Amino acid sequence: MLKGKVFKYGANVNTDEIIPARYLNVSEAELLAEHCMEDIDLDFVKKVKPGDIIAADTNFGCGSSREHAPLAIKTSGVSCVIAKSFARIFFRNAINIGLPLLESEEAVNGINNDDTVEVDLEKWTIKDLTTGKQFTAKPYPEFMSRLVKTGGLIEYTKQRVANRK
Amino acid sequence: MNLAEKIFAAHCGKKKVSPGEFINVQPDLILSNDITAPIAIKEFRKIGVKKVFDTKKIVMVADHFVPNKDITSAEQSKFMRDFANEQGIMYYDVGQMGIEHCLLPEKGLVLPGDVIIGADSHTCTYGAVSAFATGMGSTDIACAMATGDIWMRVPQTIKFVYHGKLGKWVSGKDLILFTIGQIGVDGALYAAMEFTGEAIDSLSMDSRFTMANMAIEAGGKAGIFHADQKTIDYVKSRASRHYKVYEPDADAAYAQVIEYDVSKMEPQVSLPHLPSNAKPVSKVGKIEIDQSVIGSCTNGRISDLRIAAGILKGRKVHPRVRCIVIPGTQQIYLDALHEGLIEIFINAGAVVSTPTCGPCLGGYMGILAGGEKAVSTTNRNFVGRMGSTKSEVYLANPAVAAASAITGRISSPEEITK
Ligand code: SF4
Repeated sequence: MLKGKVFKYGANVNTDEIIPARYLNVSEAELLAEHCMEDIDLDFVKKVKPGDIIAADTNFGCGSSREHAPLAIKTSGVSCVIAKSFARIFFRNAINIGLPLLESEEAVNGINNDDTVEVDLEKWTIKDLTTGKQFTAKPYPEFMSRLVKTGGLIEYTKQRVANRK
Repeated sequence: MNLAEKIFAAHCGKKKVSPGEFINVQPDLILSNDITAPIAIKEFRKIGVKKVFDTKKIVMVADHFVPNKDITSAEQSKFMRDFANEQGIMYYDVGQMGIEHCLLPEKGLVLPGDVIIGADSHTCTYGAVSAFATGMGSTDIACAMATGDIWMRVPQTIKFVYHGKLGKWVSGKDLILFTIGQIGVDGALYAAMEFTGEAIDSLSMDSRFTMANMAIEAGGKAGIFHADQKTIDYVKSRASRHYKVYEPDADAAYAQVIEYDVSKMEPQVSLPHLPSNAKPVSKVGKIEIDQSVIGSCTNGRISDLRIAAGILKGRKVHPRVRCIVIPGTQQIYLDALHEGLIEIFINAGAVVSTPTCGPCLGGYMGILAGGEKAVSTTNRNFVGRMGSTKSEVYLANPAVAAASAITGRISSPEEITK
């Protein structure tokens, strides 16, 4: 069960806003997390607490393929992202590194900035504890669930490689 | 099956694939760069293999922050260089390198019928040679480098048909900005975009690279062209391995077919801060600019430089404007030199850089201050993309960028050349 306060944003949040290119001369997750969301929300890193949740409109994570973006979000303490839809490469990257994503139009419409929200990744339910409203998210396709349960793409590949030997 | 499905089927050992299906694909080429390779290398080390699966199918290009702009980017480049040397993979460093998406087609490393994956979102550029090429993250690339395969979901395909003959200053850049303006930045989310029609047949290879390059700006997984005589002429002399041309079946299924008549189309300009804010150049209004950037993986090829030089020849860049020209590769630089284009740029008061991504992503070589505006032939005008979050980027073709550099405001090339 994931639980935290919601930071809510609009449509087309791009990976340049999540982690601007001027910080991409390093690849250490902790250094990237210091600038997470900087170009869309300067105060984000000051306010975010472990477990907090990002909610956004359509096409979250569009633009550059930089894995630095989901990495910065995950390392900043965010437990999951809820959006109406996700950009394709961001979706892959997040699944690969173990940042849970939930696709739910009704949840994004129903949740307010600053609400406290609880997410159940087994049942794909999203509960707004501030308003008491409950929503559902679209479960991952079977293959992706398997990938996530294995612990991400590196773990999955490690097992494949080991089985081959 | 449509074009994308045919290529996929051939790369996963199946007779037929359908949209939505998860498949295991064996790519022909795996790419990363000085920003994305360091993470990929760190992840690769965790997998438990010592060597990459095939040194001839892996390429790394230093292009974003090189020649290194600071100490941390120098460390990143060194990290990548050491790995490339240790593994014996293909590697392009300063002196040989160019912007990856200009360089790989030029070197004949991307060919018709290929599946290409790259840790860079504009990997989709190679759809111009009728390959299925798509961007991924560093972890995907790490795993593919170890095993030689990668999971993919077969996308839906949207077919775009462009009717009519293009006007003088209208290029692939304008077709794609217009298209993104019509369907939105997520209009092709998760889908492949197949580009066809009379107007497409007439496009140069360079213009096709520009169009395929920006498929990602519509959310697309790939942008793909049919191989024709131009494609074959382009790849024939460059290819050092076998390739295969695929054609869609006559009864191929598409999620959607979208048709445009582009015969009356003007050059397009995408206003801040989304590529989808496209307008005909005559409707932009009076926008004074501080900088004009001509380059990038979108429009840094020789025909782009020719167009810009054609407009700048014998004219002067407006005193208020910094005009920065960046040839995409060493070869393009050399060709521009031989053709006298570099001299034209310098005489006009523009600066010419060595090949690099430079200001395109706000790296270096032309960062914008707060309140400044740039017209740019690049592909993204997001908030802060080229510098300050209070700066603005207007996307356009090289003719518009060159004309605007002269007038000091966003202008149609018609204004200058009539
Ligand atoms: S030129 Fe710009 S868009 Fe192209 S690879 Fe470089 S940074 Fe990315």
